[in-house]
Amino acid sequence: MENTNTQNRRSFLKSSVLAGGGLMLSFSWLANAQATDKMAALNLPEQWNELNGYIKITPDNVIKIICPNPEFGQNVMTSLPMMVAEELDVDWKNVVVEMGPHDNVKLGPQFTGGSNSVRMYWKPLRNAGASAKQMLIEAAAQTWSVPASEITTKAGVLSHSSGKSAKYGEMASKAATIPVPKDVKLKTPKDFSIVSHSKKNTEGLKVVTGKPLFGIDYKVDGMLIAMIQHPPAFGMKLKSFDASQALKMPGIKDIFSFKLYDDGFEQGGFDTRTFNEMIAIVGKSTWEVMNARKKIKIQWEAAGDTKETMMGRGGKREVTVPGRLETTSDQLALMADYAKRPAQQLRKDGDPETAFKNAALVIERTYNAPFLAHNTMEPMNFFAHVSEDKALVAGPLQAPGWMEPTLAKILNLPADKIEIQMTRMGGGFGRRAYGQYVYEAARISQRLKAPIKLIYTREDDMTYGIYRPMYTATYRAALDANKNLIAFHVKGGGIPENPIHANRFPAGAVDNYLAEAWEILSNITIGAFRAPRSNFNAAAEQSFLDEVAEAMGKDPIAFRLDLLKRAKENPVGKNNEYDADRYAGVLELLRDKSGWDKPENKDKKRGVAAYFCHASYAGHVVDIVMRDGQPYVEKVTSAIDCGIVVNPDAAKNMVQGAVVDGIGNAFYGALTHKNGAAEQSNFHNYRIIRHNEAPKDIDVHFVQNNIDPTGLGEPPFPPVFGAIANALYKSMGKRFYNQPFSSEMSKS
Amino acid sequence: MAKYSLKINGKTQLIDVDPSTPILWVLRDHLNMPGTKFGCGMAMCGACTVHLDGTAVRSCSLPVSAVGKQAITTIEGLSANGTHPVQKAWLEHDVAQCGYCQAGQIMSAAALLKDNPNPSDEDIDNYMSGNICRCGTYLRIKEAIKAAAKK
Repeated sequence: MENTNTQNRRSFLKSSVLAGGGLMLSFSWLANAQATDKMAALNLPEQWNELNGYIKITPDNVIKIICPNPEFGQNVMTSLPMMVAEELDVDWKNVVVEMGPHDNVKLGPQFTGGSNSVRMYWKPLRNAGASAKQMLIEAAAQTWSVPASEITTKAGVLSHSSGKSAKYGEMASKAATIPVPKDVKLKTPKDFSIVSHSKKNTEGLKVVTGKPLFGIDYKVDGMLIAMIQHPPAFGMKLKSFDASQALKMPGIKDIFSFKLYDDGFEQGGFDTRTFNEMIAIVGKSTWEVMNARKKIKIQWEAAGDTKETMMGRGGKREVTVPGRLETTSDQLALMADYAKRPAQQLRKDGDPETAFKNAALVIERTYNAPFLAHNTMEPMNFFAHVSEDKALVAGPLQAPGWMEPTLAKILNLPADKIEIQMTRMGGGFGRRAYGQYVYEAARISQRLKAPIKLIYTREDDMTYGIYRPMYTATYRAALDANKNLIAFHVKGGGIPENPIHANRFPAGAVDNYLAEAWEILSNITIGAFRAPRSNFNAAAEQSFLDEVAEAMGKDPIAFRLDLLKRAKENPVGKNNEYDADRYAGVLELLRDKSGWDKPENKDKKRGVAAYFCHASYAGHVVDIVMRDGQPYVEKVTSAIDCGIVVNPDAAKNMVQGAVVDGIGNAFYGALTHKNGAAEQSNFHNYRIIRHNEAPKDIDVHFVQNNIDPTGLGEPPFPPVFGAIANALYKSMGKRFYNQPFSSEMSKS
Repeated sequence: MAKYSLKINGKTQLIDVDPSTPILWVLRDHLNMPGTKFGCGMAMCGACTVHLDGTAVRSCSLPVSAVGKQAITTIEGLSANGTHPVQKAWLEHDVAQCGYCQAGQIMSAAALLKDNPNPSDEDIDNYMSGNICRCGTYLRIKEAIKAAAKK
């Protein structure tokens, strides 16, 4: 028995009777979930390849919810099932959660990124839960011969005023024969008893007991371990190699060179290509492979300019990637040179040229930020087993749907013969949206006709990255004789991508506004990094606004609120991306909760920043004290408007984590190059924030409203940088324009 | 290759590996105990922390030949089912985000509390600074350690 209805353009619900009885409501475009400790207790299967895309209600009232989106610490394995359970009216204790397989048809694109998961699934998942509940009610109504409208539900139990009652499980088989309702009524937020009520991580017990959850833990019988040796520098390529000695090392199966893409391959937007030819080393165990790898004698040579065919929004285009071996000081000089050249105009309001010409005071400042390595704690890795007619790949990745077409092309297999399994990810931060390592694993397995697990060392992971681009921006503000802000200009660029969001604050709040951008092509591969572009803009723009406020003699929060008032009451231009009220709301909450208006402690200096991205608003006030002559962020007060907060305690955890991540990257994060080679290779020379450098307190406040959820994983990260820069100015009497701030301090 | 008899989580394990093989890879590749994590391979991140006769050590830099008769405890052996006070505190405070570093954090924390049952904030900072968490859960880790100390 199968019923289908179309819920909306991209989702449908389907129900069918489980073989063992019970209702199975499968849904497309829904959230992901995973096995919990309860599953073990219930003796349910929990094998890696035993996953399906369904909600199940068993006769004994166990609810299994499966989500499509992989988990990388953003709590989707808990928050998404909460949304289903809320509308289904079940006891959260009876819910087990399981990660779904890759299935574009049933589960949609399954992309984890862009702070999208909760936002994207908010309605579809609740619809799924509410539909199932409605079908259970209908089943009970028919069984008891009472009107459906008289039946109530609570904690997985159906009740009627006559005294009749039944567990969901008892009605589940019958419910599966009921047509899926066309329209269901969703709860209003005031009636939520699961959503907006903190629930613990459904995989918590597995995490603390060291269960194999991650891609790097994936193992099958007969699996070999593979590593790759990539060129030592961007702009280099393989010339020749001699593996004769390495091949004699114990446990080694094969050493060979392979190409990532065939010549003429048309790269999709997420098919990065750092090096097209690498050496694979395959053996029985990791340590043996690591040792053999050192014995390969390799000759590298300059790659020169290379041509790549890119498939993008604008169709197919040929790109010539320059072959130069880049060095950070040259990159900075080149950026400074580009910054002086004419750039592409992204937005213009009013007459900024005239306003700047007539200004009583022009403030101009330039901000720089380096490449950043994602440094997920779990290095890149992937399992692949490719045979003649099919392929299984498994591991940590954010975007299975984007990798499948490329895998099909490079393996020359139909997409339906490729199975992708998604494991829990030991961090992502954007890095795992780019599938090079998946393709490498598949290539190696295809060659060996054996199951292999590719593992990057930390050095591979860091020196062969898909980095946050190197950015710069010059901001100019024009003030009239009365210290009014009359014009604002931002011109920014980067290697190889510009950071500018032309339609964000303060666009819309200033009469004369100009945004321009330029880019420098490079062979250094870049990609999304927690709040792409925003993570730089918020640092630069929010520091600059602080300086402008100072020049105008205004309080930094009051200054921003004045601009937002203007943007709301009489907005300049069109396409202003942000909601001035929500933006102002965050600043007001921040002012209130941080005690901003109270006098500053003489040893403790405050800085503020707030930013809009991923449809949410986030701001921080940081308190800096000097400790042993070094600035230390002792306390952070955070205010966030991300609409309804699904899992408040986990959301707080994520905001605190974003703050710590922001402090670490602002002070220490940098990936520099010398003659094309990354100068940092492991945690001894790439500094990551540690326990003793984290604040003592991060006090998180959410704006309370009933707006449908907006993003949370990324928005709290960008404003940390600006708030720190502004507090540093107050503590140290010096403005910091170049990240990482610790490097700039050591220079001064 | 050489044969070793290791005492791991109370059990004797026989293995035949190169003497230079780090305990991390003995556990992960040869004994099917993947709870101990690979993070950096140079004792800089703490993801691979295990106990050697009760002391926290970085297993990525501990060759099997150096272990001798010392007892190894891994996250799998800290308790049978997550009932060690540190594990319980981790669950109570819902510490984990991605969770990858947490086995190492927990092993460090358990070793800290064994030596110093009532650590100050500074003691915790000093002891735990060898364990990196990229998700930034440091504040919760500290809360959890303090809660476990009270148990």
